[in-house]
Amino acid sequence: MNERSLDVAGRSERPMEAVKDDFPILQRRVNGKRLVYLDSASSSQKPRSVLAAMDDHYRTYYANIHRGVYTIAEESTAAYELARAKVARFIGAASANEVVFTKNITEAINLFAHSWGRTNLHEGDAVVVTEMEHHANIVPWHILAAERGIELRWIPIDADYRLDLGELDRLLDGAKLFAFTAMSNVLGTVNDVRALADAGHAAGATVLVDAAQAVPHSAVSMRDWDADFVGFTGHKMLGPSGIGGFWARPELLEAMPPFLGGGEMILDVRKDGYLPNDVPWKFEAGTMPIAEATGLGAAVDYLEALGMDAVHDYEQRLTGYALDALTERFGDRINVHGPAGTDMRGGIISFGFEGIHAHDISQVLDEDAVCVRASHHCAKPLMRVLGVPANTRASFYVYNDEADVDALVESLVKAEKFFAV
Amino acid sequence: MPALEDLYREIILDHYRAPRNRGELPVPPAHKVEGYNPLCGDEVVLYLEVDGDTVTDLKIAGQGCSISQASTSMMSGAVKGLPVADARRLIRAFKALMSIHESKLEGDADGDDLRDELEGVRLGDLEALQGVVKFPVRIKCATLAWNTLQQGLDEVETE
Repeated sequence: MNERSLDVAGRSERPMEAVKDDFPILQRRVNGKRLVYLDSASSSQKPRSVLAAMDDHYRTYYANIHRGVYTIAEESTAAYELARAKVARFIGAASANEVVFTKNITEAINLFAHSWGRTNLHEGDAVVVTEMEHHANIVPWHILAAERGIELRWIPIDADYRLDLGELDRLLDGAKLFAFTAMSNVLGTVNDVRALADAGHAAGATVLVDAAQAVPHSAVSMRDWDADFVGFTGHKMLGPSGIGGFWARPELLEAMPPFLGGGEMILDVRKDGYLPNDVPWKFEAGTMPIAEATGLGAAVDYLEALGMDAVHDYEQRLTGYALDALTERFGDRINVHGPAGTDMRGGIISFGFEGIHAHDISQVLDEDAVCVRASHHCAKPLMRVLGVPANTRASFYVYNDEADVDALVESLVKAEKFFAV
Repeated sequence: MPALEDLYREIILDHYRAPRNRGELPVPPAHKVEGYNPLCGDEVVLYLEVDGDTVTDLKIAGQGCSISQASTSMMSGAVKGLPVADARRLIRAFKALMSIHESKLEGDADGDDLRDELEGVRLGDLEALQGVVKFPVRIKCATLAWNTLQQGLDEVETE
């Protein structure tokens, strides 16, 4: 197999502003305007190196993994497992065998709910979540609640859109599972994972972290976080859609029963039963997204070449610039649903605009090729707490710059004029 | 790309800024029905008063984008006081208006049936919403109120 697809030589010496050139889609014009992509919290765009790595896999050594003894099958298998090792290193796991691939984080959390949840949660058991969770970390527990009568407890948010931990001990008391996000996909709020994990463990709970938004934007370490299960997804971190996964403690992985049954997840199958495969393959039934794993590995290489601390610092500066620009231009007419300042906050800015619905804003912005999301962002319980049916969300990544923020502001001025009361 | 002015006609913005028939009616005798667009969180609440075979009164509540709220407001004005049969006819005509563009694009023979639905129905101000069909993702915003009305009339009938 071949690893030639990455051209990262000298990348660290390139200014972050030059990153935009690595993303072919950002050269596109929509409605005659330069594409301004501000929806990376939903899904990120892909650099040339990721596209090339997948293309190379399909063109030169694609075959199904793990069983073939012919050359390209071995190359394909090696590439898939190399991607696992890259992801493991990237998230600070102790071993590649602690990383399981799924199609996305929604599948990862559902796998955990199905496997660990159905083994360990029984009637009357409590699961603690927060008001800022994505539906992917709510509905699997609702399903178990309906099926076996578990109790869902909610950690509220405070006036600065952060977790209100005043009642944390009471809420965690006797809980079996503490499941929370490392970074809100609506508010941008970054939670202190280690402190929350410690509190969960002190109460005897197993700790699950939704790291879909955290892994793409900051240096993370499974060792430092000390949680039990951490989900992530590839398409939000410059990788392709169709691949994501989770990290879990080795002893937890060993104890968890398989989720899907089928090929690859077995050591042996007889008429009277089966023997599950070793971890992590025990959880990877059926043909996996193979070239997508290679693409995710290339995305990890790309991010590591930029340096995750540099990525984080750059996005913080850009977020600060955007928060200042929006409040300077629109004052009280804009209501940012997120923490003030950029401390413990990611590059996600959700806002309400006086007298203009989010849909109408995004419609006007689309005319200027400014891509934002107008939605409940798959966090309806949070939207109910905020008291709005939907809001507008602009989210940033490495390929965004101040010109993108300026385009957003200019287009919002246009929307305001259009809908002027 | 179609111009924003095709979508946001002045009469639509007027209904959005000053929606007609907003409020509630006591239930019963009125019938309350709610409609949701799960994709965007828009919601429409209708209070329907049906006396015999006439929609005698109608109030609207809920929240959403300019298209959904203007469509609801315009619908309330158009339907209030109408015989139920005519209201149902108007629902069909409006939905035909919202789908005729797609049918044309697909060269669909059903386009003729849709035009039949529109034949002889006076849409009045509602025709301002025709520009919505050029923005396919917004069609659901415009039809939400009408689907909710249809559901409400069905529920009243089976009560």
